[in-house]
Amino acid sequence: MTTPRPVPSLSTSRAAKLPTVADTTLANGLRVLAVRRPGVPLVELRLRIPFAGKGDAHVARAQLLGDTLLSGTEHRDASQIAVDLQSYGGQLSANVDADRLGISGSVLASGFAGMLDLLGELLTSASYPKDEVVAERDRLVQELAIYRSQAGVVAREALLTRMYGDHPYGRELPEAEAVEDLTASQLRSLHGKRVAPAGSVLTVVGDLPPAKLAAQVEKALASWTVDGKTVETGRLPRVDAQPLLLVDRPGSVQSTVRMARDVPSRTSDDYASLSLANMVFGGYFSSRWSANLREDKGYTYGTHSSFEHPPAGSRLVLSTDVATPVTAPALLETWYELARVATVPVGQDELDQARRYAIGSLQVGAASQGGLASLLSMLAGSGLGVEYLRDFPRQLEAVTVESAQEAAAKYLTPKGLTTVVVGDAAEIGSEVEALFEVERA
Amino acid sequence: MTSHKGSGRLASVPVPPRARTPSLTLDRFSLDNGLRVVVSPDRTSPVVAVAVYYDVGMRSEPEGRTGFAHLFEHMMFQGSASLGKTEHFTYVQGSGGTLNGSTHLDYTNYYEVLPSNATELALFLEADRMRSIALTQENLDNQVAVVQNEIRVNVQNRPYGGYPWLKLPPVLYDSFANTHDGYGSFVDLESATLEDAAQFFDRYYAPGNAVLTVVGDVDPDQVRTWVEEQYGDIPGRATPERPSFSEPPLTAERREVAHDRLAPAPAVSMAWRTPDPADLATFLPYVVLAEVLTDGDAARLQDRMLLRDRSVLSVGGYVGIMGDPLDARDPTPLIVDVHHPAETSADTVLATVDDEIARLAEGGLRDGELQRTVARMTARYLREIDPALGRAQQLAVFEQQRDRAELTTELPDLLAQVVADDVQAAAATLRPDNRAVLELRPGSDQ
Repeated sequence: MTTPRPVPSLSTSRAAKLPTVADTTLANGLRVLAVRRPGVPLVELRLRIPFAGKGDAHVARAQLLGDTLLSGTEHRDASQIAVDLQSYGGQLSANVDADRLGISGSVLASGFAGMLDLLGELLTSASYPKDEVVAERDRLVQELAIYRSQAGVVAREALLTRMYGDHPYGRELPEAEAVEDLTASQLRSLHGKRVAPAGSVLTVVGDLPPAKLAAQVEKALASWTVDGKTVETGRLPRVDAQPLLLVDRPGSVQSTVRMARDVPSRTSDDYASLSLANMVFGGYFSSRWSANLREDKGYTYGTHSSFEHPPAGSRLVLSTDVATPVTAPALLETWYELARVATVPVGQDELDQARRYAIGSLQVGAASQGGLASLLSMLAGSGLGVEYLRDFPRQLEAVTVESAQEAAAKYLTPKGLTTVVVGDAAEIGSEVEALFEVERA
Repeated sequence: MTSHKGSGRLASVPVPPRARTPSLTLDRFSLDNGLRVVVSPDRTSPVVAVAVYYDVGMRSEPEGRTGFAHLFEHMMFQGSASLGKTEHFTYVQGSGGTLNGSTHLDYTNYYEVLPSNATELALFLEADRMRSIALTQENLDNQVAVVQNEIRVNVQNRPYGGYPWLKLPPVLYDSFANTHDGYGSFVDLESATLEDAAQFFDRYYAPGNAVLTVVGDVDPDQVRTWVEEQYGDIPGRATPERPSFSEPPLTAERREVAHDRLAPAPAVSMAWRTPDPADLATFLPYVVLAEVLTDGDAARLQDRMLLRDRSVLSVGGYVGIMGDPLDARDPTPLIVDVHHPAETSADTVLATVDDEIARLAEGGLRDGELQRTVARMTARYLREIDPALGRAQQLAVFEQQRDRAELTTELPDLLAQVVADDVQAAAATLRPDNRAVLELRPGSDQ
């Protein structure tokens, strides 16, 4: 072993320049955010269309609509759309969640105009051809079975249902039965009512002047005029303390642990403090939870504790997959680390390290065209602008040991979390029941 | 508008766009101990990416030590000349950066992307573990347990885990180097010793076996000074002669069945050897061919099986066991992977793939098919090298395997130079009698 050397300290940091966002709203109500970011000759697009709805039928229709949006328009069939997209050097995909239809893509700058024309055509005249819809519907039924063969999907579904019940946030994937009878005309009807410009936001980022990006968008999408119907997601139900839910997955060599709770949104006063308290607990690799479960005990490959910010209410989600024989000890250590951060002040060093990570990783995440586009689009979905990249670091700078402690005491106590474990109940049931109140699914 | 059958015609489509190739400033030098360095400044964001590539991967691990290259990668985070266990992580993250390492067939990489005021720190951290690593039995035992959990979460407890990347090579190849499970057997992992790790480090982690790249908000002269200070006195050691892992071509079809008790639907993958990737002129047509066959719904196999026959759930295809055509040496395969419902038999899938490949081999490419395929490949490639980290990784792999970091900017032109006849000729070499087939069936094998 050679002699230790001094570790270099950080030099003065250079602040990232806040990107200039051209923020315009077209006559049809579509809001367009255009940003120049120097780099490769590509343009990134992210379109968010409000798409909340209620009940299994909506979830099924929305999912299949996303899967078949690119299956045809008035002027092009599915093959032609695929050929054209490839010719532009582009890729485009649609996906749906409880709040929005997202259409996301990227394209060579030289193919941007063609891509926008295609996008306009899809928005105004997607045709949902019957044969394509039936084929995709049958495929979706099979794909749902494949998703649900994954322990992580089983656990997340159980967790969200347990937290939110019948609220739209309680169900991310449709039941196969709700998909089986869907028809093309149902999708056309849903598209006609809900794929509307008002309330939608299109973010475009590329190495082009923002005014030029925005002008091209306006040219292609001005004719998208649909009077959409707005559906509110509705208030989230109150989540009361419930026993740990144990879902049996016989033969599992690991137990899939998911925990969550409702937390304040990004605009609340204590969010910055909470985010750093969570960082110290389990929000990054250098956290206590990871140090304990992975680097000390070897119970898991990884631990993750991160925020999700759907508009109706933010949540904190904890995830880890632990070896079956150590399930109960891993839950105990998790409980301990939560209780510790909630009751004992964090160290100043730990807090400073978490703070630098939170600020730096935000900067790093925005340092590519794709990363910046996704970030701005996500912020727009929460009603936040590019100023967040400047303001949130300032809020993080103001967090103290005391304010982090206060937030942790409120939101990170183990009792406040809804917990689901998917694993081999015959192997882990009695040990887990010895430590926690358990309900078997 | 065209019909499905005329899907290849491009009547209504403009001439495919050509991408402007971004230019990069490259500063290249090497140290007396053999370390090769490439620096590329980019001041658009106050961010820097640092990558170190060691020229050793899963194919080089010894018999009885499957999974060792990857286990060793984990040990590189467990302490080094000046740092305690996990301090590497806390220094990088504590300066606002993110980091990781990964083990591939032919190399192992370590990388971080951070605010640029941490450049000197990042260079120090990589130098420190190139100088020497701290090995303790406690840390080794801990990381064996962590890796076993990684295998559980990614392979054993997951439907389609390790399919096809771990399960197809034993059908396609014969040698230990090419066939063994790079994640490792639990027995082999538990048999690993500190002595093994010390030898592996000494043999493969010499500065002369590594490439260091730095991309982002830096002054190249300053970086060179720091690199000389921090890496210059790491003693040079002999670097191992890299053996050839080549194998003779298949002379008959090989076909095997794997069972997956967690998978609800079957899948079938097929693989053919490509020419040696060292010669890009003969290799790139195969890379393009994989995309002609499988890149999106305009590709031959998707158009046939997803849009027209509607007989399958998904079609994938690529060159390289781990999905990157340009980061593996010879031998490397072209793989087609199809997930299908039980009502469609694997034989039907194979016959359909054969039919489409034969059609391509006989009829050649359609008008515009090559150009649009290359347009999207180029776009995807540019998107990968837009973030500083993606560029640092691409520079490193090209410099290490081809002595030519410049390929990072040259690749779009090289792709544009691939001609249709060569893609057609490549298709003619993908025959039923020289392929390996792995069927994955749901359920246990009882």
